[in-house]
Amino acid sequence: MKYLFSSFGAYGLAVALLLMCSSKARAQDDLLQKLEAQTTDSLHTDYTQATFKGTRVINGHSVETPGQGTLLFLISHRFGTLNSGAYNFFGLDEATIRLGLEYGLTDKLTVGVGRSSLEKTFDGFGKYRLLRQSTGLHTMPVSVTVFASAALNSLKFTGPEHPTDTRFTYTYQALIARKFSTNLSLQLMPTLVHRNLVDTRAEQNDVYALGFAGRQKLTKRVALTMEYYYLLPGHTADEFRNSLSAGFDIETGGHVFQLHFTNSRGMIEKFFIPQTTGKWQKGDIYFGFNISRAFTLKPKA
Amino acid sequence: MNYWLLLVLYLLPLARPDAASKYSTRTGMISFFSSTFIEDIEAHNNQVGALLDLTSGQVAFSVTMKAFQFKRTLMQEHFNENYIESDKFPRSTFAGKLLNFQPTQLNQPGPQEVQVEGDLTIHGVKRHIKVPGTLELKGNQLLAKSKFIVAPADYNIEIPALVRENIAKTVEVTVSLACDPAPQQP
Repeated sequence: MKYLFSSFGAYGLAVALLLMCSSKARAQDDLLQKLEAQTTDSLHTDYTQATFKGTRVINGHSVETPGQGTLLFLISHRFGTLNSGAYNFFGLDEATIRLGLEYGLTDKLTVGVGRSSLEKTFDGFGKYRLLRQSTGLHTMPVSVTVFASAALNSLKFTGPEHPTDTRFTYTYQALIARKFSTNLSLQLMPTLVHRNLVDTRAEQNDVYALGFAGRQKLTKRVALTMEYYYLLPGHTADEFRNSLSAGFDIETGGHVFQLHFTNSRGMIEKFFIPQTTGKWQKGDIYFGFNISRAFTLKPKA
Repeated sequence: MNYWLLLVLYLLPLARPDAASKYSTRTGMISFFSSTFIEDIEAHNNQVGALLDLTSGQVAFSVTMKAFQFKRTLMQEHFNENYIESDKFPRSTFAGKLLNFQPTQLNQPGPQEVQVEGDLTIHGVKRHIKVPGTLELKGNQLLAKSKFIVAPADYNIEIPALVRENIAKTVEVTVSLACDPAPQQP
């Protein structure tokens, strides 16, 4: 019995010594652990950033807005179709362009204007971030941005003159996105395009569509993107194609380059949603790019 | 009887610094500044958690990286997405010890120079550093300040060739904390 105690005592001493040594080494980390326990993530709301790289996925808008005081200059460009042959340099001879400016009035509210060479169209839009995906104190599974735009066709009438309001097309969209991981973001876009004037009686003034978009980051600065707008059944869906686009986002400092292939020629909603004619399987594919450059006009205090 | 009085008198000064040996804050300030010929980059963060134990001289910091506020929205996005990778490494931490420090030093008025040595972890990379700072007891609060240099390259923070000229090789970090006495351990 005595022997047992003494041996236990010796072991105990050794253990105690070991504990003392290790506790000294660990004390700093213990303090850090105590601190981590005190400053848990539940105290702050952690908003998800950069669900998409740019304010556009490809043709359509993403949930992103430029942020307060930031002016974006956008150049969007589409060449002709790839199947137009060597004579047309596989589409490179042709060009459709849109120049745009958009400005973040606040972190949530953005206004923008643009001019497309297609049908000499002017467009203006407003975009508001309704909800932001977040964790922590406030948890929100998705980001929601609402979008409304008006587009004005300024081509001269070939026939009799119509009142000005016949030139307008309006688009209303809800952009619902979730960043599932650092690399994967998906977006859903229920859309309504209202055209004040259509060519024939059979055509729809109101065209409903459901858009899907995704981004998969390949490296820190390169991402694969894809976008699809499904036209809800109706005359427009019968006569026109669904818009399908795929491309790459490449980011360098204040620029975002987006290179893509799409069956849509126009770069605003009124064109690519109800007026896409290209068929991918026939090679009616437009190669194009978007370049956006950010200027900080008003730095945050 | 006299012995007792002596004992009490002897213990009294010891009891004072003991009143609050641990100080903590959740709203400390850390800012950093990078200056190059092309542009200045500046960000500040006021969600810094810190715990200082004056008796043992131990110090711990925890910084939520997403809480850094930049003047340019895009810089903030790049900082989190490309450089610090806040999703992967949400916090930076420091765990260290004050060197050659006696709590009685703080009985003197004004900021007291101290040295801190310990492990700084940024972007998942842990490095042993030694930095200068000051401590000051002001009223009920312990003010801790420090200014030191961090090289992003030391913490595996890659800066692509294209913007290498925009971001300085070394970044000046300023820490400023006003700590309150920590509540006694339950």
